[in-house]
Amino acid sequence: MSVETAVGGSQIAAREAIHPAWVRVTHWINAIAILVMIGSGWQIYNAAPLFDGLRFAKSISLGNWLAGALLWHFAAMWVLAINGLVYVTLGILSGRFRRKLWPISPAQVLADAKAALSFKLSHDDLSRYNAVQKLLYAGVILAGIVIVLSGLAIWKPVQLQELTALFGGYDAARYVHFFAMAAIVGFLVVHVALALIVPKSLRAMITGQ
Amino acid sequence: MRQRKIIPGVDPQLLIKDAAKLMPDASRRGFLRGAASLGALAFLTGCDIVDGDTAEGVLRKISSFNDGAQAALFNRGKLAPTFPESAITRPFPFNAYYDEDEAPEVDGNSYKLEVAGLVDNKKPWTLSELHALPEVSQITRHICVEGWSAIGSWQGTPLSEFLTRIGADTRAKYVWFKCAEGYSNTIDMPTALHPQTQMTFKYANKILPRAYGFPMKIRIPTKLGFKNPKYVVAMEVTNTDKGGYWEDRGYNWFSGL
Repeated sequence: MSVETAVGGSQIAAREAIHPAWVRVTHWINAIAILVMIGSGWQIYNAAPLFDGLRFAKSISLGNWLAGALLWHFAAMWVLAINGLVYVTLGILSGRFRRKLWPISPAQVLADAKAALSFKLSHDDLSRYNAVQKLLYAGVILAGIVIVLSGLAIWKPVQLQELTALFGGYDAARYVHFFAMAAIVGFLVVHVALALIVPKSLRAMITGQ
Repeated sequence: MRQRKIIPGVDPQLLIKDAAKLMPDASRRGFLRGAASLGALAFLTGCDIVDGDTAEGVLRKISSFNDGAQAALFNRGKLAPTFPESAITRPFPFNAYYDEDEAPEVDGNSYKLEVAGLVDNKKPWTLSELHALPEVSQITRHICVEGWSAIGSWQGTPLSEFLTRIGADTRAKYVWFKCAEGYSNTIDMPTALHPQTQMTFKYANKILPRAYGFPMKIRIPTKLGFKNPKYVVAMEVTNTDKGGYWEDRGYNWFSGL
C-alpha cells in the first residue's frame, strides 16, 4: 500500500494489467502453435483415419500432403512444447494457477453455467474468473498436457515406450491424442465465441487492459 | 488496383465493419486497426506461408534439426517392445507405393547381394550363403508413417553380425540400401548396429513371400516402416548420405521410433 501511494497510488493500481505480459505473450504464441498443430494434425489424421467416414477437408488442413503436414507438425511441436512449458512453469511459480483457477466448486460451476446461459453472468471484473471459466481453463491446460504427452508416446513408441505403455500402447495413444485434440477444438469454439461476445476480454489479452 | 478478398465471397470491408460493432470504448480504433491488419496479413500471406519455397526450406531445416534430436535420443540398448505370437496382425498388410502385383519378382537362384563401400570383403553373397547365417527371430510392431501399425514376425540375421563378418568400418556414418525396383534408404550407423536391426529372410518362419520383400528385407523396429527396405539387392557402408526414396520426397530422414 505504502509503495503504491508513494508512486502515485490509485493510478498505478488502475493500470495494473488484467493479464501480465508473460500470460499474453505465451497465450498468442500458443494460439499460433496450436492452430498449426491442429491444421497439420488433421492432414496427418487423413492418412490413416481412426473413424470411418471422418476426414478433414483439405481446405482446413495444413501441409498439402502427409509429408508437408508432418514437417509442419514436427516444427510447431517445439514452439508448442517450449512455450507450454514456460507457461505452466510460470503459472505454478507465480501462483497464478492457484489464485485464478482454484478452487473449482461443482455447485458454483452449475450456478455460473445457468447464469451464463441466461446471460446474467457478470463480466465486470475480468481479472476474476467465474467457475465455468475456471473449469474450462484448467481443463484445457490438462488437455494440453495430455496432447503433448500422447504425442510423444506416438512419436517415440520405442525410446519412450514406458510413456506409450502408460497410454495403453501405440494404438490407444493415437485415440488419446485424437480426443485431446477434439477437446481442445471444442474448447476453442466456446473460447473464441465468448471472446467475441465479450470483446473487452479479447482486448485485455492483447493490451493487458 | 486488384481487389484481394480475404475470405472468398465475403467483402473484407463488411467483415471489419461487423467486427467493429462488437468493440467497446474509445481505444477500439487503434486496437482494431492492429487486429484487422494482423488478420488480413495472415489470410493474404496464408498461401505463401504454406506453399512457398522459403517456408519449405525453413521446414526442411527444422526437419534436419529433428534428425539430430532423434539421433541424440536414440539409445542402442533400448529394445523395441516384443509381442507373443497371438498378437500378430493377420493378414499382415502389403504396403508400398505400388500395387502388390507390381512388386518386384527377384530370382532367388541368380540373386547376389552386392556389398560396397567401407568394408574389407566386397564379395557378393548368394541367397544360400545368406540363409546359412545365424538366425534370430522377432515379433515386433511395424509402424507406418501414415499412423497405422501392424505386428509381424520376422526371422533373419542381425545386421550388426553381418557387418562384422564383412569387416565393415562401423565408424562410418551410414549404411545405404538399394532395392530391386529402385527404392532406396540410408540409415545411421547406430541404428544399423542396434541388436534388433535384422537382415530378414523369413516372415512367420517361412521364406519371405514376394509381398513382404523376397529375397531380403531390412527389418528395423526402431524406425518407421518406410525405413525398412524390401527386395534389397545391394548395401554400402559410407560416410555420404545418399538419401532415400521417401526421404527425398519430404519425409523426415531419421524417422526413428
